[in-house]
Amino acid sequence: MISLAGRDILKSWSKFVFTGVGLGLLIGVTFSMAGVYRGMVDDAKALLTNSGADLWVVQKDTQGPYAESSSIYDDVYRDLLGMPGVARAANITYLTMQVRQGQRDVRAMVVGILPDSPGEPGYLVAGRQITRSHYEAVADVATKFKLGEHIKIRRNEYTVVGLTRRMVSSGGDPMVFIPLRDAQEAQFLKDNDAIVGQRQRTAANPALNRPGVPGLLDAVIESQSHNPYVNAVLVQIKQGFNPEEVAAPIKRWKHLQVFTRAQMEEILVVKLVATSARQIGMFLVILTIVSTAIVAFIIYTMTMGKIREIAVLKLIGTRNRTIAAMIMQQAIALGIIGFVVGKIVATIWAPMFPKYVLLIPGDAARGFIVVVIICILASLLAIRAALKVDPAEAIGA
Amino acid sequence: MKYLSNKIRTLTLVTVIALLLAVFFYVVIRSGPLAPIAVTVTTVTNQPITPALFGIGTIQARYTHRLGPTVAGRVQNVNVHVGDKVKAGQILAEIDPIDLKERITGQDAALKRAEALTIGAEAQVKETVAGAAFAASQASRYSQLFEAHSISAEADEGKRQENRVAEAALATARANLDAARQDRERLKADRAGLIQQQENLRLLAPIDGLVVARDAEPGDTVVAGQAIVEMIDPASLWINVRFDQSRTAGLRAELPAVIARRSSSRQPIAGRVLRVEPLADAVTEETLAKVVFDPLPEPLPPIGELAEITVALPALPAAPVIPNGALKRANDKNSRNGVWIVKNKSLTFAPVRTGATDLDGQVQILDGIKEGDQVVVYSQRELTKGSRVKIVDHLIKDTP
Repeated sequence: MISLAGRDILKSWSKFVFTGVGLGLLIGVTFSMAGVYRGMVDDAKALLTNSGADLWVVQKDTQGPYAESSSIYDDVYRDLLGMPGVARAANITYLTMQVRQGQRDVRAMVVGILPDSPGEPGYLVAGRQITRSHYEAVADVATKFKLGEHIKIRRNEYTVVGLTRRMVSSGGDPMVFIPLRDAQEAQFLKDNDAIVGQRQRTAANPALNRPGVPGLLDAVIESQSHNPYVNAVLVQIKQGFNPEEVAAPIKRWKHLQVFTRAQMEEILVVKLVATSARQIGMFLVILTIVSTAIVAFIIYTMTMGKIREIAVLKLIGTRNRTIAAMIMQQAIALGIIGFVVGKIVATIWAPMFPKYVLLIPGDAARGFIVVVIICILASLLAIRAALKVDPAEAIGA
Repeated sequence: MKYLSNKIRTLTLVTVIALLLAVFFYVVIRSGPLAPIAVTVTTVTNQPITPALFGIGTIQARYTHRLGPTVAGRVQNVNVHVGDKVKAGQILAEIDPIDLKERITGQDAALKRAEALTIGAEAQVKETVAGAAFAASQASRYSQLFEAHSISAEADEGKRQENRVAEAALATARANLDAARQDRERLKADRAGLIQQQENLRLLAPIDGLVVARDAEPGDTVVAGQAIVEMIDPASLWINVRFDQSRTAGLRAELPAVIARRSSSRQPIAGRVLRVEPLADAVTEETLAKVVFDPLPEPLPPIGELAEITVALPALPAAPVIPNGALKRANDKNSRNGVWIVKNKSLTFAPVRTGATDLDGQVQILDGIKEGDQVVVYSQRELTKGSRVKIVDHLIKDTP
């Protein structure tokens, strides 16, 4: 049997393919949009995975350290190491700031880590991990820093010794890892003018600068310029314990907030990404409607363009089902071309996005089904118009 | 003709569709989660490594002399400025003596009076000595006359009594002289004491050194113990270095050190560990050590300047060595670090025991892998068992 649809496509295949490519670009945009959302969720999850923690111990009544600021004393980890089920505990600090390199500065999340502890980047793409306890940094490649470059964080200069990948904050800012003690200092350190001003203010305070007590002023200034805080303690638990079991006594007796991986994901994905996700969801819905409308118009115009031929078909007694099948097959073929082109272009331009775009095969599969359904729905309008045509039109009556 | 063109059309269409599909499948397989992960590998080699420790510290003076008065007072003058080189014994500052001078003048006058009194007492002794001698000779003469019965017993008795009176007067005069002399000595001692006090108000340099701070100005009132001038011995500069406690294994005195001062970090200078402090900082979890310059740089570095110290430990014998980037944190809770070994394009995770590490990121492996094993160094993503890998030379252009 001769495929009517195939014959028709063949007649003006270039027009058909180009229409498909045009539709494909639109579908590519839709896929990218979904990829942007998946990328956001993946960024949040990457943040959690990279920290390598089972529990996050943060300040009481906060949802830190990512969604809210949290600060706890840096010796809390010692208490935690004594709690049942805790295998390892490591201090960590997070601070989003501008990191300067030469003339430019990069917005980055500076992470203070302890060597060989949870929080350290799990894999590198170049260089090495930090070995000195000060002034070395491992940066995400997205910062565009190169090995051996000197970067400036607050007052201190750090040497980039290693590069890693996909280490981002929940907001997609690339991470820069530096030793914890430097990070604590960086988090707290004011600029030199502010420090001098602070010293002068302290010295001007008669209660703190008493003539009869030599050394008091120095002691006060010393205590003012010291930061014994970190943002969180990352805890890894021993085998055979479940996270809730370990978290409960810490919450109860240490008066700290503890989050498990699942709770942290909830905070990051549901709370932090939620608004952006809805924004993107809305966009996806609009894109879907627009695509449907465009496919419908294309099919409709294509059908209207050969209304005469359809009338002839009717005149020679072709069954309605055959005509409908022809139009629907064309629509689906268009959709398939669009899907293939869309997937290709989305994959090509995904790495060019400044933030991570993650294209999941599952999304592509779902997208394929949606595209086919859209095409079927869109062809209904054209089918209806084709079936309504009067066979008499074929002879110009 | 029509048939042929139809054939060509079909062919072109099929080609275009086939091309599209080919690109599509290539894209699906080579990107996204299904794509193989690009990794770089290295061969484990036996190498000796030289571990080193890294710490930061500030330049300090071993001896800081904070000179101030021992009693409260007002500063009269400060003779030196910051940066002055001073000699031992030089007067650096003086405290207002208030009435000390007048009191010394008073003591001088009192001393003169005591001298005069002593001279008077001496003259009196002389006089009474003469009187006593005369009375004694009179008494002896009268006694002879009385024995010859030329005079009455009463007259003899009278002369003897006169003699005893004169002797008593002599004793009195001698006692007076003694008292006057003692008095003079006391006043002398008092005066010396005041002069000592006056000396104490002068702050003298205890050593040859450098003035580093001038904390009070003339007219300021200072309490006992409050420093007016601070000076140091410039030859005694050292660096108070703080080492992260987790990385201080092997730190001991006499190890060579490299000092990179913040002002000239590109030109490090030599030094050595003088001692490791027996007291570590429990709050900051750091071990403290003192590092001395070897030799002292000229001009002197500013005190308080930050310096980075690298202490080289003795080289270790050869053992399997890998870069620390190859070391992966285990994902399971049992946490043992390990490496991914590549054999015939398949991955196996080998837990390892690590030994010493040097500052260039080379880690010695005590067991778990052997020389000649191929291990993954860098990877595009986190690896898991069963990950497909593609071995490449480097992941980032222009890096090893």
